[in-house]
Amino acid sequence: MTHLDLLRTDLTRRGVLKSAGALVVSFSAPAALAQAATAAVAAPKPLDPTQLDSYLAIHRDGSATVFFGKIDGGQGTDVGIAQIVAEELDLPADRVAVILGDTALTLNQGGASGSFGINWGGRTMRKAAAEARQFLLQLAAKRLKVPAETLTVANGVVSVADAPGKKIGYGQLIGGKFFNVPLKWNGKYGIVLDIDSTAPLKKPADYKVVGTSPKRRDVKAKVFAQAATYVTDIRVPGMLHARVIRPPVAGATANSVDASSIDGIPGARVVQKGGYIAVVAEKEWNAIRAAQRLKIDWSQPAPAFADPAKLYDHIRKAPVRKRVVEKQKGSVDDAMPGAVQVVTADYAWPFQSHASMGSACALAEMKDGKMTVWTGTQKPHYAQQGVAALLDIPVERVHAIWVTGPGSYGRNDAGDAALEAAFLAHELGKPVRVQGMRAEGIAWDPKAPASVHHARAGLDASGKIVAYQFESKGFSRLEIESNESHPAYSLIGQQWGLPLKPIDSFGTPDEAYDIPNRLMAWETIAPMLDRASPLRTSHQRDPVGPQIHFASESFIDELALAAKADPVAFRLRHLSGRDAAAVKAAAEKFGWETRVSRRRQQGRCRDRPRHRLCQAARHHRRGRGRGRGRSPQRQGARQALCGCA
Amino acid sequence: MATQMRLTVDGKSHVISVDDPDMPLLYALRDELGLSNPHFGCGLAQCGACTVHVNGEATRSCVTPLSAVKGATIVTLAGLGTAEHPHPLQAAYVEEQVPQCGYCVNGWIMTAAALLKSNPHPSDADIRKGLSGLKCRCGTHMAIIRAVKRAASMA
Repeated sequence: MTHLDLLRTDLTRRGVLKSAGALVVSFSAPAALAQAATAAVAAPKPLDPTQLDSYLAIHRDGSATVFFGKIDGGQGTDVGIAQIVAEELDLPADRVAVILGDTALTLNQGGASGSFGINWGGRTMRKAAAEARQFLLQLAAKRLKVPAETLTVANGVVSVADAPGKKIGYGQLIGGKFFNVPLKWNGKYGIVLDIDSTAPLKKPADYKVVGTSPKRRDVKAKVFAQAATYVTDIRVPGMLHARVIRPPVAGATANSVDASSIDGIPGARVVQKGGYIAVVAEKEWNAIRAAQRLKIDWSQPAPAFADPAKLYDHIRKAPVRKRVVEKQKGSVDDAMPGAVQVVTADYAWPFQSHASMGSACALAEMKDGKMTVWTGTQKPHYAQQGVAALLDIPVERVHAIWVTGPGSYGRNDAGDAALEAAFLAHELGKPVRVQGMRAEGIAWDPKAPASVHHARAGLDASGKIVAYQFESKGFSRLEIESNESHPAYSLIGQQWGLPLKPIDSFGTPDEAYDIPNRLMAWETIAPMLDRASPLRTSHQRDPVGPQIHFASESFIDELALAAKADPVAFRLRHLSGRDAAAVKAAAEKFGWETRVSRRRQQGRCRDRPRHRLCQAARHHRRGRGRGRGRSPQRQGARQALCGCA
Repeated sequence: MATQMRLTVDGKSHVISVDDPDMPLLYALRDELGLSNPHFGCGLAQCGACTVHVNGEATRSCVTPLSAVKGATIVTLAGLGTAEHPHPLQAAYVEEQVPQCGYCVNGWIMTAAALLKSNPHPSDADIRKGLSGLKCRCGTHMAIIRAVKRAASMA
C-alpha cells in the first residue's frame, strides 16, 4: 500500500495565498475539516475512475474526505453527499468533508447539471463508500484475526460483535494511505459517470444519517463574511484587474482603439486580440475607469435584431432549422374530428437573462507552464477543457478550481469570464481577475431562448382529452453548448472568429397526462446574429422548462375551463400513481379551493381600483385572449396588480 | 496623483492611497483593505449587495465616493458580529438557513440591522418596506423575513 504524498504543490500554492491574506476555498466544509483534508490527502492523488482513491480518502483521525466532481450552487448538495457517504461508512456526517469541483482533485462528474447531483452523483459516491467500507472490514478482519462477517461498525470504529473490546478505527486501518482498490466503471465521464459495485449497500430501513437535515456548511462563512467565500474574493499577489469592453451595439466591431485615451489612469492598458478587447490595471477602480473612458471607433452594422415588439412574429415566420417530433402516440389528426370541443391557444416567451446577483468573475494565473483558473462556473471540468483549447495547451496543464460564484442559474456568464481571465493571464504573464459590470451580466450573458408555443386539444363528452398536440418553435437551447468546453461556445472565441458549433435543441413538456392521441414537437430557428451575439442562447436553470411548462400547463387550465372542471380535478382525470399524488399534495399544501376556472376570482379581491385593472386584463385574456396568446409578462403584471388570482 | 486618506472600518483605522477621490467606497474596502465584503452586485445602488454602515446608516458603498466619507465610521458585515459574538441577525440567518447563493446577504443583513436599530420590533409591513429596494436573485425573501422577525424577538 502506497503512502499518500502530501499535497505538496497544492499546499505551497495555498501557503502563498494564505500569506497574501486570502485563502483559496476549494472546500465546502468546515474549516477544520478542510484543513484535515489538506493535511492528509494528496495530489497527486489518482484521477482515475477505476480507482477507489479517486472518490474518497480516510484520514489518520478516521475522518473522511469525498472528492466530488460537481459543485453546489447553494442547494446543499455537498451536505447530501456527505450524508450519503457517511451512511455507508457508518461515520457521523460531520466527519465527512466534501471537496467540490476542483479538477486536480475530482473526476469529471459533469458539474452541476440537470438536478442530477444527488440522484446520479450520490449513487456513484454511495457505491464508492460501500466499497471502501467493505475493504476496511477486510482489513479489520485481518488485523483482529476474526472473520469479516463477525464485525460491526459504529462511528468509524470496527468492532467484533460478540467481543466489543476487540476494535480498531478506520484511521488506524488506512488513515493517510491509499486504498489501491480497483473499480469497474461505465467508461463515461460527465453526469453519467458511474461505477459498478459488489459491496452491499445499506438498507434504507437502517439509515441513521440519510433522512436527517444537517445545516448547510457554507452559510456561516457567508453570514459572517469570512475570507474567500466567493470567487470574487479570491486574490493572488501581483494580480491585475480586468474589465472587458463589449460592443455598444450587437454585431459592432472596433475599427480602431485609441489607447492614448486612458493614458492618465495609473497602470491602465488595453489588451486586444481579434475582436476581443479588455483593459487591465493594478487597481480595480482604475480598470473600471479605463473601461469607461477608452475611446473606440465602432463599426455601425445594420440592426441585427427584430423589433422587440415583433419578436414573436419573427419566430413564427423564420425558416425552421430543425424539426423533431419527440413524443407521438396514436393519431391526433384521426382523433380530433371525434372531439366534442376543440381548444387552441398560442403562448409566447421572451429571451431571458440569467441576471445573476453579480456578473461573472474569474481569476487566472499562469505559473510554471500551468494555468490555474478560479471560476464560479457550474462545470469546472469543461471550463478546464475550454481554457486548454483556447490557449492551445494540454488539458493536463490547466487546473480549474470552482469557488462559489455570485449566483448560479444554469449556463450564465461564468464560462465566458473563465476563458477571458485565462487568455488575459496567458497574454500578460500575470495573474488577472476579470469581473463584469452589471451591464455585462444582463446584456451579454448567454440567454434562455425566446419561443412561441402552439397547443391544440380535443375534449370528449366526458370532459377528457382525447387528442393533444403541443408544438414549440424558438431559438435553440444549445446555440452555444451547455458548458464552456470549447472556445466556440464562449464570447472570446466567437470574437476571435473561431468556427461556430451550434446545436439544435429544444424540448417538449415533461408531464404525465394519459392522453390516447398526442404529438409533441419542437422546431428551432437560426439566431438573428450568429456570432458574438448578446442573444446567443443556451439554458437557464431547468433548460427550456419554464417556457414549455408555462405554456403547456396554462393550456391545461384552458382545457379545464372548456370542460367546466376544476383545474386540479381536471388534471387528476388524466393522471395516476405518483403524478396524481404530487398534484394532490400540491393542492392540499396550497389550500386549493375547488372551483371552475371562470368563477375563481369572484368576491375575493378587496383592492377595488387595482382589481378593475385585473378584470380588464382577465377580460382580454378570456374574451379575446383565449386562442390568441398570453404572455408571461401579462400574467406577471396581473398578479402584481392585486393578487386576486 | 495619489493622495492619502484615513478610514475607520470595523473599529480599525487605516490609511489608504487613493488615485481618485471619486472612487466609490466599495473599492477601497475590497481592493485596498482586502475585505471579502461588501459585494459588487450592480454598481448602481440598485441591489444593495455593497451595503455598509456609514456612521450607523445603511449606505450603498458602490456609489458613495470616498470624498463623501472623510472621517466617517464604517462598519461592514464582518464588523457587525462574528461567529463567536454574532449580531442577532447573523444568528437568525444561520438558524433559518436563509441564503441560497448568499451573494446578497450583505445588503439584507446590514439594511435590516439599521432597521432594527430604529425600529426594534417591526411589523411584517415595516420589514417589507424597510427592506424594499434590495435584491435577492435566488428568491429567499420569505426566509429573510423570518430571520428578521427571529432577530427582533431575540433582541
